[in-house]
Amino acid sequence: MDMNEIKEIFFQECEEQLAELESGLLRLNDGDTDPETVNAVFRAVHSIKGGAGAFGLDDLVSFAHVFETTLDCVRSNKLEASPDLLKVMLRSADVLADLTAASRDGGTVEASRTSGLVAELEAYAKGQPLPSASAPAAPAPKPAAPEAPVAEAPAATDDSGFQPVPFSFDAIDGDDELAIDGGASVFTVRFKPRSDLYAKGNEAVLILRELAKVGDLQVRCETDDLPSLDMLDPEGAYFSWLIRVETESDEEAIRQVFEFVEWDSTVEITAGADEEAFSAPDAAGEEQPMAAIPFDLSLLEDEPVVVAEAEAPVAAAAEQPAALAPANMPLAAKAIAAEAEKKETAVPAVPAAPQTIRVDLDRVDRLINLVGELVINQAMLAQSVVENESGGSSAVNLGLEELQQLTREIQDSVMAIRAQPVKPVFQRMGRIVREIADMTGKSVKLVTEGENTEVDKTVIDKIAEPLTHMIRNAVDHGLEGPDKRTELGKNPEGILKLSAKHRSGRIVIEIADDGAGINRERVKAKAIENGLITPESNLSDEDIDNLIFHPGFSTADKISDISGRGVGMDVVKRSIQALGGRISITSKPGKGSVFTMSLPLTLAVLDGMVVTVADQTLVVPLTAIVETLQPEKSDIHSFGPSQRLIAIRDTFCPLVDVGNILNFRADLANPVDGVALLVESEGGGQRALMVDAIQGQRQVVIKSLEANYTNVPGIAAATILGDGRVALILDVDAVVTASRGQPLSPDMMLAATG
Amino acid sequence: MRISENDMLELIAFTLGDQEFCIEVVSVREIRSWTPATMLPHSPDHVRGVINLRGVVLPVMDLALRLGLAPAEPSPGSVIIVTQIGSQIVGLLVDLVSDIFTISAEEIHPAPDVSKSMDREQIRGMIPMDERMICFLQLNALFGAIESEAA
Repeated sequence: MDMNEIKEIFFQECEEQLAELESGLLRLNDGDTDPETVNAVFRAVHSIKGGAGAFGLDDLVSFAHVFETTLDCVRSNKLEASPDLLKVMLRSADVLADLTAASRDGGTVEASRTSGLVAELEAYAKGQPLPSASAPAAPAPKPAAPEAPVAEAPAATDDSGFQPVPFSFDAIDGDDELAIDGGASVFTVRFKPRSDLYAKGNEAVLILRELAKVGDLQVRCETDDLPSLDMLDPEGAYFSWLIRVETESDEEAIRQVFEFVEWDSTVEITAGADEEAFSAPDAAGEEQPMAAIPFDLSLLEDEPVVVAEAEAPVAAAAEQPAALAPANMPLAAKAIAAEAEKKETAVPAVPAAPQTIRVDLDRVDRLINLVGELVINQAMLAQSVVENESGGSSAVNLGLEELQQLTREIQDSVMAIRAQPVKPVFQRMGRIVREIADMTGKSVKLVTEGENTEVDKTVIDKIAEPLTHMIRNAVDHGLEGPDKRTELGKNPEGILKLSAKHRSGRIVIEIADDGAGINRERVKAKAIENGLITPESNLSDEDIDNLIFHPGFSTADKISDISGRGVGMDVVKRSIQALGGRISITSKPGKGSVFTMSLPLTLAVLDGMVVTVADQTLVVPLTAIVETLQPEKSDIHSFGPSQRLIAIRDTFCPLVDVGNILNFRADLANPVDGVALLVESEGGGQRALMVDAIQGQRQVVIKSLEANYTNVPGIAAATILGDGRVALILDVDAVVTASRGQPLSPDMMLAATG
Repeated sequence: MRISENDMLELIAFTLGDQEFCIEVVSVREIRSWTPATMLPHSPDHVRGVINLRGVVLPVMDLALRLGLAPAEPSPGSVIIVTQIGSQIVGLLVDLVSDIFTISAEEIHPAPDVSKSMDREQIRGMIPMDERMICFLQLNALFGAIESEAA
């Protein structure tokens, strides 16, 4: 595994940590006072910082450090998590996300963004919030150059002692009390080989000799693990070495010496000298090693027991059960130990998360494809059994039934692998709301609901964009400014509610604002101005509301940066339709608007009605069908030169011959011979689709036509039926649109000649 | 497309009506027998439809019609040559696979400039063989841009 791969994993984990961070902060914002939430937030920042340090991402480290310091104050109850502080922290989380992204993809984050926040965070950490902090819009005072973590680290080593130890040796190194004159630094190395090291032909003394080239050594061999002779395993490893290295090189140089034996030994390198450990043996040990032993024992009684030392039968280990805090270490080392201890106690406090593994999405997709094949094959098998055996033997039928049950269960389970909560997408929206609110000077509170609603990964990936667009629109156009709201007697803080739920096999996402609602007069005026409707058109309120989905429609008085470039809701609508979803709006003047998106739970399977049209088998998505009916001759009325209407109860509905629209036949079929499917289309309004016969209803696996061919007008996708043949899935909306007189494909002529 | 002098080409020959054609073996994924295809609405005439190739929806082209010849009459003996063209997999309906052979580049004669429907870009050259003449097709030019064709 090379460095880049490890880095990639680090960034993946960063994303998770950032999500954790944000959700934690939001929980705190909502009044959660659980110390575990603060801990979780702290851990998230801490992990990012730790990893970033390992990769030398200095910008990230220094910002994360300041953030962490402030969080630590909150954690130790020295600082109250006030709403103002949380606002600063949420913005810091955004900047941290940007810094992470910048580190990953290159690029930079504006220094002014980080330095301002650094100043605010530091001020909070010192217990003196900047006056500007309560008014986020006001410019932050020019901060002192962001302090490097190096200088900060020891200062924060207070009673909490929670220091970023794994990667901050530099920080400790920089501390004066440990530095040796003349620029040389002192490291204490604890080197404990395992028997494997010797088994592989390595020799401790050679390594020590190598180490001597790095700097001046003081070496002490620790022999207290040595059992009595009768207990001795001749191939065991019992000695460990405590080495004081005085060198002008850095820790890395020391680590390199141990490069080839690091897997077979325990190597701890700490900055600073373990003077006490050396002073005694130095005086007494060298001349009189035998006498020195009792000395050493008392000194090292509290040494951490290396648990990994499993193969060496260390009797002493049992007598000294995991005493973790060495009494005789210098201050910095003590802090490390304290940290280690804290970490250890902190870990069990985390609620045990369900175990997860990372799997390449390709593998899951492959599995899903295979299961799709299995479902098709099972259906084929069932069909051929029915065809070949009249009645069939009961054993075969029973087996088939069980197989069917199993395949369905496998399919559901595999689909569940890809099902993901919408939470990450919703969380991203939180940030978008904050940004837009800042830009427009509005105050917005985002309330999310049902964020654990699960939906297929393919859908999740694709809803983020339309959702972003709609959220922007809602904040920019929907909500009024704080002044206006106060004037209207509303809470100056607007509320945007984002919710997700399952409803009849689909996921429904609602975006509700408590803003002004749709200004129908203005929408209508604009539509007339744009020539979308004529002044005398008689439109219902609903029709007017739906005009905003019309291409090229934007009602914002002035075109803002945020939304309203004329690529508005029509783009949203199209992308949602492309997912097999629909979108609608309800609006009450003065009360706000609700956008409702309904999407399929997966883009991999679909419930469909299998029908026959001009000897071709087609699948009509069940979600589009309102009802099916058998037309009577008396219900059919001719309308104009070629149109026909069908009377359904009190209304007349245009009759659409699917076979004709798709060019399967040139003439119109006789409606009385067929079946009419009443469908509801996106553009509103119902149509009766004429098909020849209904074969049945079943779940089909969606297969792309585009993969090897191209988009076919009027056809959404393909599937494979039980007989192994390909059937096409009807694109109901396209067919309905075509029935309005627009040809199904404007390029049909071109295609035909191609 | 230039063919360098020393290149040896492995070709697969097939018949369409009374004419013989060939394509490069490297672009052939498999050969399978004809199965009825599902018609695609609003597609060019030479698109016979789509078939199920082990779960993949495979478009099948009537190569004869594409070349301006009389449309193929699929029978159980007809063959679909599954080829890889660019990133797409396309089935070509042909009457019969007749031969697989290797030739060197200099054996390929330039195509005469006679036919309008058989564009010279679509033909890499002519190969004389015994008494026969085999037309070496350039698949990319024939079906390379299915998408742009229909869009």
